[in-house]
Amino acid sequence: MNPDYRPYHPKWFRRRVPIFWWLRQAAYVKFISRELTCLLVAYVAILLLVFVAAVDRGEASYLALVGWLSQPMVVAFHVAVLLGTLFHTVTWLNLAPMALVVKVGGRRVPARAILLGHYFAWVACTIAVAWALVGP
Amino acid sequence: MSDTVTMEVLRYRPEEETEPTYESFEVPVQPEWMILDGLNHIKDQLDGSLSYRWACRMGVCGSCGMLVNGRPVLTCATYMESLLPGPIRVEPLRGFPVIRDLVGDITDFMGKLAAVKPYIVREEEKPVEEGEYLQTPEELAEYKQYSMCINCMLCYSACPIYRIEPDFIGPAAIALAQRYNLDSRDEGAQERMDVLSQHAGIWGCTLVGECSEVCPKDVDPAGAIQRYKVSATVDFFKSVLMPWRKE
Ligand code: SF4
Ligand code: FES
Repeated sequence: MNPDYRPYHPKWFRRRVPIFWWLRQAAYVKFISRELTCLLVAYVAILLLVFVAAVDRGEASYLALVGWLSQPMVVAFHVAVLLGTLFHTVTWLNLAPMALVVKVGGRRVPARAILLGHYFAWVACTIAVAWALVGP
Repeated sequence: MSDTVTMEVLRYRPEEETEPTYESFEVPVQPEWMILDGLNHIKDQLDGSLSYRWACRMGVCGSCGMLVNGRPVLTCATYMESLLPGPIRVEPLRGFPVIRDLVGDITDFMGKLAAVKPYIVREEEKPVEEGEYLQTPEELAEYKQYSMCINCMLCYSACPIYRIEPDFIGPAAIALAQRYNLDSRDEGAQERMDVLSQHAGIWGCTLVGECSEVCPKDVDPAGAIQRYKVSATVDFFKSVLMPWRKE
């Protein structure tokens, strides 16, 4: 018996979902990439904590970490991580206007304004973190 | 421009075969012909046994949705000319079991639709003498977009989650729930929330966004689901922070 037949309706045909269904359409590939790159975001957060911990432990451990980070292979890896997180951030922020319906004075704030607000907040946070790490 | 185009139509005749097969037909190309006109030509002139659904042929009944070249579309609203030189591949919508040829079984969708109570729910009906429930144009604008849904199920066909997790209640049902939640005359939001706040409800959605891309009526079901998630989250925090507050 054909395994795709549905029980109790033996003659209905159910098409199976192929494992690589997401490779069949550009929009699905983009969706999966957006979801998977969230792992890189988690990695960067952990890296930041490791960095803070190293600073906390003193100059020697800080220099050791910086030494590891400056190896060419590690730098190349982190450039890839940066590109991945940028992709994640941009695709994610672009979805914000879909979820947020903000009303001011009875009128819906246009999607573009919500988008700009998010990008502005992103830039502001980036500057704040950079300032905290590098110093004024 | 060629005078004919090849239409590769998925056939499934359960009494004869165990697997669907593609059958090719040469169909004349006429200006203004839609894919549905091509199928009607096949049925009238070439093979009367071809089965498919349609009714209004003007984009309002929602019954002619099929996969054309892999994309869910209303076949009565897709120009053949836009897909030349072909071949044009026509298949039943993804995600629904195939009963015959291009006809899918939609029982699952009908059940899900009913589950979200797509009608105005009142705690108490007001007496007829008191007249209609009036609404301002602004109140109408709140939900109008979601009321444009024609139940064509293209969004289900575009949704990979629905195919992988058949329990997922799906885009159009959630958009319709939102249509009534946002209606000033309705009081059923809490009842719908009980159905939709479950995992197979709004949280099943991972925001692929293709449902809104394929929707022929610009309902934006993906937006409806995300808005629902935001309000469910706000409700949750309110109930945690202010447990005395009912509703
Ligand atoms: S939301 Fe759009 S695609 Fe989905 S059933 Fe309604 S009209 Fe069709
Ligand atoms: S035939 Fe009614 S929507 Fe296409």
